[in-house]
Amino acid sequence: MSSTSEPDDLLVVENLTKHFPIKGGGVIHAVNGVSLRQRRGETVGIVGESGCGKSTLARLCLRLVEPTSGEIRFDGADLRALSASALRAKRRDMQIIFQNPYASLDPRMSVGDIIREPLDIHGIGTRAERLREVAGLLEKVGLPSDAARRYPHEFSGGQRQRIGIARAIALRPKLVVADEPVSALDLSIQSQVLNLMVALRAELKLSYLFISHDLGVIRYISDRVAVMYLGQIVELADVDTLYAGPAHPYTRALLSAIPQPDPERRRVRAVPAGDLPNPEFPPPGCPFHPRCPNVMDHCRSVVPAERNIGTPDRPHLVNCHLYDPAPTSA
Amino acid sequence: MLDGVGFTLDVGAVVGLVGESGCGKSVTAMSVMRLLPSPPSRVDRGGIRFDGTDLLSLDEHAMRDMRGNRIGMIFQEPMTSLNPTFTVGWQIDEALRLHTNLGRNERHERCLELMKLVGIGAAERRLKQYPHELSGGLRQRVMIAMALACEPRLLVADEPTTALDVTIQAQILALLSDLRDRLGMAILLITHDLGVVAEYCDHVVVMYAGRVVEKAPVRPLFANPRHPYTAGLLASIPKLDGERGVLPTIPGMVPNPGNRPPGCPFADRCPNVLPRCRVEMPPLAGGADGHAFACWNPVS
Repeated sequence: MSSTSEPDDLLVVENLTKHFPIKGGGVIHAVNGVSLRQRRGETVGIVGESGCGKSTLARLCLRLVEPTSGEIRFDGADLRALSASALRAKRRDMQIIFQNPYASLDPRMSVGDIIREPLDIHGIGTRAERLREVAGLLEKVGLPSDAARRYPHEFSGGQRQRIGIARAIALRPKLVVADEPVSALDLSIQSQVLNLMVALRAELKLSYLFISHDLGVIRYISDRVAVMYLGQIVELADVDTLYAGPAHPYTRALLSAIPQPDPERRRVRAVPAGDLPNPEFPPPGCPFHPRCPNVMDHCRSVVPAERNIGTPDRPHLVNCHLYDPAPTSA
Repeated sequence: MLDGVGFTLDVGAVVGLVGESGCGKSVTAMSVMRLLPSPPSRVDRGGIRFDGTDLLSLDEHAMRDMRGNRIGMIFQEPMTSLNPTFTVGWQIDEALRLHTNLGRNERHERCLELMKLVGIGAAERRLKQYPHELSGGLRQRVMIAMALACEPRLLVADEPTTALDVTIQAQILALLSDLRDRLGMAILLITHDLGVVAEYCDHVVVMYAGRVVEKAPVRPLFANPRHPYTAGLLASIPKLDGERGVLPTIPGMVPNPGNRPPGCPFADRCPNVLPRCRVEMPPLAGGADGHAFACWNPVS
């Protein structure tokens, strides 16, 4: 990947790494050398199992967590080089929606105050204009206008997530990071919130960085998908390519492990044995090798390089030795 | 909370009890186990018959003989349902101490056997560990080992894989299927995940707002759902293939359990609603094929 930023790029992450020191002197390798490029208006899905580093990556992209090393460029600015005040100004354009709609809203603030807070902080408009804006936002996310006077506990999980979405879009951001926004919701409510997010994306020209463990949800909302395993992106492709032809054995295992709502298609699955490795001691070589059905000798010692098995226009990136070019000389 | 919930589990069958939060599926399971505190809870009407015994007529002592012995139970959250202050071995051994006359060595052998049965390697070492030293998947395997210690005839599994990652979920569900085949026990699988139901259950009971709205063998339920709620749920699953258009949704929300409307509880959200639905609760009725539904205007 070139390290220049093109005008079309909204978010460019280069070789991003985050190590968390732990008690006793060890280090958790939460995110390990991740590179990612998101174009304006594009939705990138990040999928992986618990502990793969997807939530840490989301927070790193907003600099809510300080990276150990690597670069983050957002809308042309080097986020790591910004002063505190310049960063705060930049945050107008990058917002976040959290997983837990019960924990991410202040129970002592009215819903109107919660949604107005970002407008207050950034000093947008007059007080009257801000109140009008709150009413408009409530309508946009499908909540009744009297919701402004009420408190979060009066709302269901799905409605609270709508409040969180209204707060996130209040400043008309360019990027919304959504960290498992529908995982705590029931199926019938989940589809309502997903449809709302898709409608708002079109209306406000948003880009989502959408984090989820649910491959069905990711497929529905994303243009491109990155699959993470143990702090690394192991496969990255546009959504149709990834679901039609998953290349990495881990992606194949993930897709095969999902029970499908169709009893006529019960399958023999290729589910990896064993547990996720401890991120304090990531395995040498390919991080997936201890569970991989296709493991080869050098997978245990050599970290696979990123290969493009797609085209230059439609890259399909995969980090797996199965796709190493055959040796050219005998 | 529950209103006229009824279903039957055959020997060796896996029945899926599905529905969204608050529909009463866990309350149903807890009622079967008689684990709800009483008061305030009480069973006003109905019976729970297990292997010829009416569970509701048993005294607490006799019921305790059932639980963990002939009926096993596993819960959603293996972290909170294992005791953090005792070793895994102690906890698996507990049911054997309570319900069998086995000596210490025989019980230890049985514990090792159970660990092997649920696919935990290095069993001797694991038995000496505490729950916090194990991963979520291993903890759930320990819970299953505990529930299976006395070879129950019925296993009640309340969202056993909801807290687990999909690759671990697949391992646990494959394990439960395999154990059902080998031990011939029936499983009541409570889940919100229709994919899990489709792949692992023989029969399905769909609950909504404390009632059974549809029950059927698994294939007809998915091929031809009759209750509009079941049909709506199936349609709103984001699929791994096919079109990616607007997701069908079910408008509105589940009614508050303290303030359920008269008539069908789904009427306010139902695309097929008739005036009659708002005043009269449809009975659960069906044909000889075992497919029953509670709806005045079912999906054809």
